[in-house]
Amino acid sequence: MLDNNEPKLILNDRRSRLDIKGNLGEYLQRFGIIIALFLMCAFLSITSPHFLTVSNLANVLLQSSINAILALGVTFVIITGGIDLSLGSVLALAGVVMGVILQNYGSIIIAIVAALIVGALCGYINGLFITRLNLPPFIATLGMMSIARGLALVITKGYPISGLPEPIRFIGAGKILGISTPIVIVALLFIICHIILTQTKLGRYNYAIGGNEEAAKLSGVNVNKCKVILYTITGLFSGIAGIVLAARVNSALAIAGMGYELDAIAAAVIGGVSQAGGEGSVAGTILGAIVMGVLRNGLNLLDVSTYWQQVVIGLVLVCAVSLDQLKRR
Amino acid sequence: MEYILEMKNISKQFPGVKALNNVNLNIKKGEVHVLVGENGAGKSTLMKILNGVYSKDSGEIVFKGKQIQIRNPREAQEAGISIIYQELNLIPKLSVAENIFLGREPLKKNGLIDWKMVYKETEVLLKKLEIDLDPRTKINKLGIAQQQMIEIAKALSFKSDIIVMDEPTSALTDKEINKLFAVIRQLKESGVAIIYISHRLEEIKQIGDRLTVLRDGNYIGTYEVKDIDIDTIIQLMVGRKVDEKYPKETAEISDIVLEVRNLNNAKLKNISFRLKKGEILGLAGLMGAGRTELARAIFGVDPINSGDIYINGIKKNISSPLDAIKNGIGLLPEDRRTQGLIQKMNVLENITLPNLNSFVDRIFINKKREINKSIEFIEQVNIRTPSPLAKVRFLSGGNQQKVVLAKWLCANVEIIIFDEPTRGIDVGAKVEIYKLICNMAKRGKAILLISSELPEVLGMCDRILVMHEGEITGELSRQEATQEKILSYATGRNKNVG
Repeated sequence: MLDNNEPKLILNDRRSRLDIKGNLGEYLQRFGIIIALFLMCAFLSITSPHFLTVSNLANVLLQSSINAILALGVTFVIITGGIDLSLGSVLALAGVVMGVILQNYGSIIIAIVAALIVGALCGYINGLFITRLNLPPFIATLGMMSIARGLALVITKGYPISGLPEPIRFIGAGKILGISTPIVIVALLFIICHIILTQTKLGRYNYAIGGNEEAAKLSGVNVNKCKVILYTITGLFSGIAGIVLAARVNSALAIAGMGYELDAIAAAVIGGVSQAGGEGSVAGTILGAIVMGVLRNGLNLLDVSTYWQQVVIGLVLVCAVSLDQLKRR
Repeated sequence: MEYILEMKNISKQFPGVKALNNVNLNIKKGEVHVLVGENGAGKSTLMKILNGVYSKDSGEIVFKGKQIQIRNPREAQEAGISIIYQELNLIPKLSVAENIFLGREPLKKNGLIDWKMVYKETEVLLKKLEIDLDPRTKINKLGIAQQQMIEIAKALSFKSDIIVMDEPTSALTDKEINKLFAVIRQLKESGVAIIYISHRLEEIKQIGDRLTVLRDGNYIGTYEVKDIDIDTIIQLMVGRKVDEKYPKETAEISDIVLEVRNLNNAKLKNISFRLKKGEILGLAGLMGAGRTELARAIFGVDPINSGDIYINGIKKNISSPLDAIKNGIGLLPEDRRTQGLIQKMNVLENITLPNLNSFVDRIFINKKREINKSIEFIEQVNIRTPSPLAKVRFLSGGNQQKVVLAKWLCANVEIIIFDEPTRGIDVGAKVEIYKLICNMAKRGKAILLISSELPEVLGMCDRILVMHEGEITGELSRQEATQEKILSYATGRNKNVG
């Protein structure tokens, strides 16, 4: 959209060519992951007859949906140059709060809203820890990781809450126009995130803070306020993921989502969201989540044990980031 | 063997740019050889090749009569070539001695570090340079001038035959510069050759023996310093005549827009002054006099303990940059790379950042309006960029500074504080920045210009305030100001404000 208006100015500086090279690098980065995904799919379709079927591909997307929701949320804070380690715990707390309310009061709307508020509140508190107490994001969210998990266990005393009502189950297992509800939710969230990041002030400030916090501050950006909002969004997304996961497995567990934060961060990073901050897109994040989903699915089809799957996913993460580093040189 | 170092026909191609094209550089033993050229002329590239950071595409390097290959900085250092970069490369939390021997600590027989030896050797080095410092002092306790001396000591500890100094005086006071020059002369006498890179051309006459000029990656020539004058050097550097160094035009000076009354904080003592519409008010002083701190206090970055700020006669409470911008104040910070710009963003995004609100319709940014407006400012301040969507990190220093300027024009502020606006910017671009500053004054902006270069303050300002240790110690009109008067206030020898 922007490109049509672009070349009004004259190419009178030899650095202009450097700039085009810079853009090339960015395109490579974006297409690099698409090429990797394509190669993986090609390889899997040859080696396994079950891979390239509609039902399996739909399954891959469905399996990736929880990770995708968390990864979309965490993209915001990674772009600020921060991190959120509390995603998995907040997911569990939100799911459990929803479960308890459903069990005791039965109101579906209140249960869902409460879960969302709990998620957002956890993110908000993360934001306060980071901006008011000046804690590094790693430490603040490590604290929240333990706090939220602990609260989830306190609320349920460790027992699962199962047998959720039908409308809730629709969120996890239903279909809208033949497409699984979680996939539809991911698609909607993706669009919203993309619009926030590319079309709104908050998105622009997000990149500015991650690019150079000091300069952003000196340009009049209210850095602390923005950070609190962005962490709150991330928390809200964890809450959404908590609802979807509980609905999918038809029970709310205090131990749900253990270690999911690492998968979500991995998806964003594989998708080219720079950990140094200031760079990345939710399109990349979604692709990253799909790459991880395809990888898991493919390894399953190829009968690779879950233990080895961990090893492979770790290697892919390291390779993706080191390729990215190489390109920057 | 006349030359200790000969770099012959060095060429280097970067993607899309010929950075060096058959460049020659010959260095004699014990000389100070000045390397000059505008930003982007290829000075740094040439030095990075000498230091093994980049590999050359063609050409040869002959050092002490032998052709050598330098593959990395360590090899360069061990061969006897050291570089002291503008951004000093010391580790703040380690001591002086630890820094000097970093990575090559002498070992005792049992394989542990021989700390006694480290400190003793360091002491000897420091004594040689007449630096009065405990080798156990942590680097972060030292000022920039002292850190630079440590870098020189480090270079000496490698028994360097050649020391490259990249802009060594850019952050030093006059006194410190004299000290540095004394050390350089001492090094010369002991046979060390210095390759000296500086934007401050007046220094060439003071310290240089010969000079080599580069322009756009080409070798222009090597000259004896005593046979050439500064105007000729400038002409060789830019390839054309720079007509006026300070294109000062007086604007109509009218109402008071900014008044500061009895401002105090941790770094400032009782600061009071007035700034008028159309006026360029200079703020001179030595490093650490509190000029940047004053700018930061007015701009709401650093807290104020007492005192008032009036904008157009109305008392304002400014406690954040956001407040300052809302009240029509803009700041071009001292360091444009780390404070003025977001390098990962493009020109347009940087320009519209302080005033993004005005581009938002409901909740969405109107990108078309953003593009049109940014093109308008790019043209107005003449930023040489291929497009508003080019990342600022690919622009030269001068053009980057113009982006910061465009930012505040776009924010439509009335008062602009320039903190060292021409630091590290080449001659041609400097004049352009000066013209822009004058233009803004003519259009009724009030300007506070902080500068460590006295000729700049004298050439550009209508009135000059001088600071010393957090206080304003003098005020001079354009007519009465001289370097000597400014210096006598800046060093606290004299005071004329009561």
